[in-house]
Amino acid sequence: MKKEITFILNQEEVKAEVQPEWTLLYFLREVLGLTGTKEGCGYGECGACTVIVDGKAINSCLYPILEVEGKSVTTIEGIISRDGELHDLQKSFIEHGAVQCGFCTPGMIMSAKALIDEKEKPTVDEIRHTIAGNLCRCTGYVKIIDAIKSVVDRR
Amino acid sequence: MRGYEYYKPGTIEEAIRLMTSLEDAQYIAGGTDVLVLLRQKKIKPGHIISLRNIKDLAFIAHHNGLHIGSGTTHAEIERNEIIRRNYSALHDATSNLGSVQIRNVATIGGNICNAAPSADTACPLLVLDAGVTIAGLEGERKIPVDEFFLGPGKTVLRKGDILKEFVMPLFGPTTGSSYIKHTRRQAMDLPIIGVATRITISIGKNGGELRCRDILCTIEDVSNLLARFEDEELRCEDIRIAMGVVAPIPMRAKEAEAALKGKIISEKLFEEIGEIAANEAAPRDSVRGEAWYRREMIKVLVKRSILRSIDRIIRPDDMVYPERLW
Repeated sequence: MKKEITFILNQEEVKAEVQPEWTLLYFLREVLGLTGTKEGCGYGECGACTVIVDGKAINSCLYPILEVEGKSVTTIEGIISRDGELHDLQKSFIEHGAVQCGFCTPGMIMSAKALIDEKEKPTVDEIRHTIAGNLCRCTGYVKIIDAIKSVVDRR
Repeated sequence: MRGYEYYKPGTIEEAIRLMTSLEDAQYIAGGTDVLVLLRQKKIKPGHIISLRNIKDLAFIAHHNGLHIGSGTTHAEIERNEIIRRNYSALHDATSNLGSVQIRNVATIGGNICNAAPSADTACPLLVLDAGVTIAGLEGERKIPVDEFFLGPGKTVLRKGDILKEFVMPLFGPTTGSSYIKHTRRQAMDLPIIGVATRITISIGKNGGELRCRDILCTIEDVSNLLARFEDEELRCEDIRIAMGVVAPIPMRAKEAEAALKGKIISEKLFEEIGEIAANEAAPRDSVRGEAWYRREMIKVLVKRSILRSIDRIIRPDDMVYPERLW
């Protein structure tokens, strides 16, 4: 049976009819067409579906849609500025060549964003710890860590 | 995915009423295990009752010891400074479980109620003498966490029961604890085995002051270190040892505890304790490790965990860094 929910998505209020068995990921991709958030494993192992809910990085594939009621969700589509300028993290990923196939990138950036929003100057150790739940099969992580670190260093 | 109804009760009573009135219903807390099972079609409930919106389940309180609501996430426990210092084993477990994304939603109650032999928070709760409060249709009851597990996936919970909170006593400055999770990867992994210990110590010589304190900051060999401890009569006043993934349920190594309690620590005694603990365990072969290997590693990790617990008593301020390799 469908239920109505209201929540904030990328700073805009969303009202929608949802099925109780949907996950947040399914709703974002299949209903709203926001395909920036990726589905990798679907079991919370890979982190490709990472989005930010109330300031915390979470796996959207394991998040029941009915639990976002009244919460604030940020996806990769929501981190560019209003005039279309890329987020510092996005620019830095491009500059450092931290993107290869690109499938893990939205999740990586959301994990990194949750970290730098919470902490002004995270250490390299903290950066590594933070993206431990985001699998990348191309880069070997070095350039990803460099990209995040350079955003921190420029603060 | 098969359809189900989803309920979001706001109180414990409401949740219990719902659960007892519905057929094929399933509680869900953080959902990081339940959603995987649903997706794999291993469970097919018609009703899901979410415990996430019950405010009375998510709290950390410090009065007469430590109280942790079952709906508290691992991330909240990991961030708590008092738990890091005084209930270190629990900090070790919650800061090393899954990933940041998992820890932000997965709850300690969920970790325990799943009753996996590998549950990371189980061993720390066992050594920290945790009691659990269970709310049911006929009111509340309290039991020690030692009596909570019955087998893999099996607990004493009856239909409708909700694990409400964990209660741990206060520990003084001469008590330290640690949990070592033996894994192949540093994140997103289940333990091959897990060992937690809690020890209370006293020092016989030099008016109770440990002279060889600084040795812990060096790369001095462990044998020499233990010889110094023995020399200064570092005595084990009280000890708890718990092991995970070595039996159908997380278990205490009670014989090893009895063999160590009240004695002065020495290398010889340490060897014996490791052997006794390994003999108490009943590990099996699995994809993560073979039984013989698990047994060997118990010997190593019991010693390592005790040393880390002692280290934390002696050098509480340097608890995280620098850390010796134990």
